[in-house]
Amino acid sequence: MSFFETQLKKGNFVIPQCPSCKELIWPPSEYCSLCFGKLKWKKADRIGKILEFSKKDDIFFCLAEFEKKIRVIGTLQVFLKQPEIGKKVKLDSCKIDGENYKFTMTMV
Amino acid sequence: MNKVAIVSYGNTKFSRDDKPIESLLLNSTKSLFDNTPNLMQKDIDTVLVSTNDNTKYLSAILSEIAGIQPKTAHTVESLCNSGTNSIVSAYSYIASGLANVVLVVGAERKNSPGQILEWDNSRGEYKHPIFWGSIFTKSHKREFGTTEEDLARVSAKNHKFAKDNPNAYSNKVFSIDELMNSRVLTEDLRVSDCSRSCSGASAVLIASEQVTKRFTNEPVWIKGIGQKTTSAGFTKNNSFSSMRSTVEAAKISFQMSKLSPGDIDVAEVHDAFTVCELMAVEDLRIVSKGEGRSFVKTLYETEDRKINPRGGLIGSGHPLGATGIAQVIETTQQLQGTAKKRQIQNAKVGLVHNMSAAATSSTVLILQS
Repeated sequence: MSFFETQLKKGNFVIPQCPSCKELIWPPSEYCSLCFGKLKWKKADRIGKILEFSKKDDIFFCLAEFEKKIRVIGTLQVFLKQPEIGKKVKLDSCKIDGENYKFTMTMV
Repeated sequence: MNKVAIVSYGNTKFSRDDKPIESLLLNSTKSLFDNTPNLMQKDIDTVLVSTNDNTKYLSAILSEIAGIQPKTAHTVESLCNSGTNSIVSAYSYIASGLANVVLVVGAERKNSPGQILEWDNSRGEYKHPIFWGSIFTKSHKREFGTTEEDLARVSAKNHKFAKDNPNAYSNKVFSIDELMNSRVLTEDLRVSDCSRSCSGASAVLIASEQVTKRFTNEPVWIKGIGQKTTSAGFTKNNSFSSMRSTVEAAKISFQMSKLSPGDIDVAEVHDAFTVCELMAVEDLRIVSKGEGRSFVKTLYETEDRKINPRGGLIGSGHPLGATGIAQVIETTQQLQGTAKKRQIQNAKVGLVHNMSAAATSSTVLILQS
């Protein structure tokens, strides 16, 4: 299991960054995809924005972007505010469930 | 560089029956031999198998059971555009002079492992294609005002055209109302918006100019090849209402062929979902962005078969490794004037658009009679 997955399993959302290029690398990898340099890990900002969304069986799912680079699809919990493109979301939880990563977000 | 042509083809019926992959490959190869009286096994230099099936060494297995001892034999896998990728490989072998005659056979079983890209963990638990299909659809609706009726019309048209395709898995014609009331999968997709994985196989024989006459008097030339892979992961797409890999592949293919979108008489486009047909005709520049829905409405109302005359993936079924090859066969028949009830009058130039994994990779081929 990679460092990313070990952390994800604990509920931590960490992302790799290249110390030379300063690029965030997504999806997580062993090396920088620009210079093949070794990567360092940092905690990701858990506030992102909605790029697109839809709904299945009354449950919203959305494609959200974090740190202007990291994009994931996850479940979007909607309470009062309805989802809109560009609106802020918070990554509430992340984990590994069976063979899949699982991301859950809430409208901010 | 040697000129390269499609000189023969063979097909099996696409169906929901489960059949061994070897049987599918062999049956489409037999169909090709039946269609090509002058072809002998010893004529074939290269055998390429296009599939996502996990069975190993299939090109050697097919060669053995078909009595062929090729110089080169291997499998090509690239999810849903494996078929056109294998045709591009065949083209390269012939253009470079490494081969004169290449047999390309694509096959898939209905429960293909190629339907889901397990690697793409950015999709979280939403890895099934209906989720990227929903995101494309929602985005196209928002940007261009596409409606459920526009989407249902794509499905109605392709089912209607598939009725005249003897190899299609569907032979039912549906009204737009029936399709708009089909089972809901997500807020943006109904069952009728989706192509369906199935079993099937398709084969083409590709040859260099110097030997085409041995097999046919009506070769169909591969004039343009464009391919672009922008990423493997869906979330890297820079737009969800347009397919950048298709735009780029089309540009490359038109440039190579010295033809333009206005020259296209018939096109097979990759309607994995209804919205993909609208996006494809726009991204191939057959129509301007946002005009796909009115264009398809006219095609449907006038029964103009210019786009997806065999019924597309939605009407014909989608056996992944065979799909791109079946698209090439349909275009070949159209350009040879042998497409029977599906025939478009005086078709001279055809286009094939085949893509994979939420349009992260596209192939565009331009064929000419």
